Amino acid sequence: MIIFEHVSKTYDKATDRETKAVRDLNLKIEKGEFVFIVGNSGSGKTTLIRLLLKEIEATSGRIRVNGIDITKMKRKMVPRYRRHLGVVFQDFRLLKDKNVYENVAFAQRVVVTPTREIRKRVPEVLAMVGLSSKYKSMPNQLSGGEQQRVAIARALVNHPEILLADEPTGNMDPGNAWQIMKLLEEINQTGTTVVVVTHSKEIVDRMKKRVITMKRGEVVTDREESGYENED
Amino acid sequence: MRISTLWYCIRQGFHSIRKNKLFSLASVGTMAICIFLFCIFYAMVTNVQFMVRNLENTVGVTVFFDEGISEEEIFAIGDVIGAREGVAGLNYISAEEAWETYQKDYFHEAPELAEGFAKDNPLANCASYEIYLEDLADQDAFVEYLKNVDGIRRVNYSKIAADGLSGINNLVGYVSMAIILILLAVAVFLISNTIAITISARKEEIRIMRMIGATNFLIRAPFVVEGLIIGAFGAGIPLTVVYYAYGYAVRFCLSRLSILSRILTLLPVGQVFRVLVPVSLGLGLGIGLFGSIFSIRKHLKA
Repeated sequence: MIIFEHVSKTYDKATDRETKAVRDLNLKIEKGEFVFIVGNSGSGKTTLIRLLLKEIEATSGRIRVNGIDITKMKRKMVPRYRRHLGVVFQDFRLLKDKNVYENVAFAQRVVVTPTREIRKRVPEVLAMVGLSSKYKSMPNQLSGGEQQRVAIARALVNHPEILLADEPTGNMDPGNAWQIMKLLEEINQTGTTVVVVTHSKEIVDRMKKRVITMKRGEVVTDREESGYENED
Repeated sequence: MRISTLWYCIRQGFHSIRKNKLFSLASVGTMAICIFLFCIFYAMVTNVQFMVRNLENTVGVTVFFDEGISEEEIFAIGDVIGAREGVAGLNYISAEEAWETYQKDYFHEAPELAEGFAKDNPLANCASYEIYLEDLADQDAFVEYLKNVDGIRRVNYSKIAADGLSGINNLVGYVSMAIILILLAVAVFLISNTIAITISARKEEIRIMRMIGATNFLIRAPFVVEGLIIGAFGAGIPLTVVYYAYGYAVRFCLSRLSILSRILTLLPVGQVFRVLVPVSLGLGLGIGLFGSIFSIRKHLKA
């Protein structure tokens, strides 16, 4: 379960004047939910993901993830906390000099998983994302959709309880984007909480999931089985 | 720490070096040059000090005794002087020995000239002690002491030779130390730059590692390993080169420059390398460690 209680985030480094990216945010995402977070650029969607990842600290308020208050978490505990999260980005962030198998195995190696376990788990997740036959391919030999599948496999390989996807279909044609969404839905059906930040009205409308709309750092609507709301 | 984690860090360290061959080679090269120069300076300093010490042993203080003093009294004074701290050794030259040496030095071409003194030793009151000190820097104080000893008539010594040799010894030491310190600072700078370049080349990988939940130790340790590997190679290569070069120099001095053997005697390879190997390896690994930690602290904030 993810709970935001009166969370605010103010950036003041880039410009002289303070920018409030998130204002007094209150939000609750249940375990096993599939949630879309939508909104225009600058609405605070990505800040929300970064707060959850603990890449940045909240200026005020409390964020609880699976019962743990991450705003009070010590820095040395952050790596262990992040192992409960899987993250997927618009630009895939694959290692260009490693093949598909190695990119996925890398996520297990850096959390010191025994080799025997890696050899068992990586083919499993590659099968789950439909890339078993391409395990030897290099990232530049894959389409955008396939690269995002590798990124999803990497995010899933360590059995995360929550999957965060920041614009996962941003660079894709509608066909590939839809396939990625269906894959995320399948992952959600296995019990993983999925939080997707997106701009894609078409996808949000078709998926019929909970949609949280943000504007200028605040939640303006939060509706179950909804579509993309026009904020303006 | 698990063995697999250690193995991962070592593998990553080697992988980084392979990946950034050029920069790693440049670092190893610079480090090797620094440590090579260090080895050369060290070998020079120890040998110069060794030779100066040998020379110091030939520069002594000579004391002459009061007229009419008996040989027993001279020996008693000699015992007191010999027991004094800082005295490396002393050599008694009787009046007869002094006269024989004088004859050899000055009358060897016309020995008949010395025959006129056959029954009367002109150096009858010139029995003396040649005293050698452990450190020539103590000579002035020692001479003052001798001048106040009863029974001593005169003290001969060379202030210029003593000061000169001590000065050479100190100068070589200070100059070498300064050069070595500068070189070490350059080596630390270069190695930290190489690590910074590696960090920059692996920026994306580090970002992904952080995102996945890799610990700071696992992110940083491969860079430390990389620094240590560069340090080990940077020390090992010059040590090998200097080992063979120095061995050759020792053999060359023994065979070709034997005529200069009284002043030009090099220390044996084993004696120099007994210190040089651990110090150079320690320096190499230390610079590697320090350089990588410096770079990590600067470019890889947690």
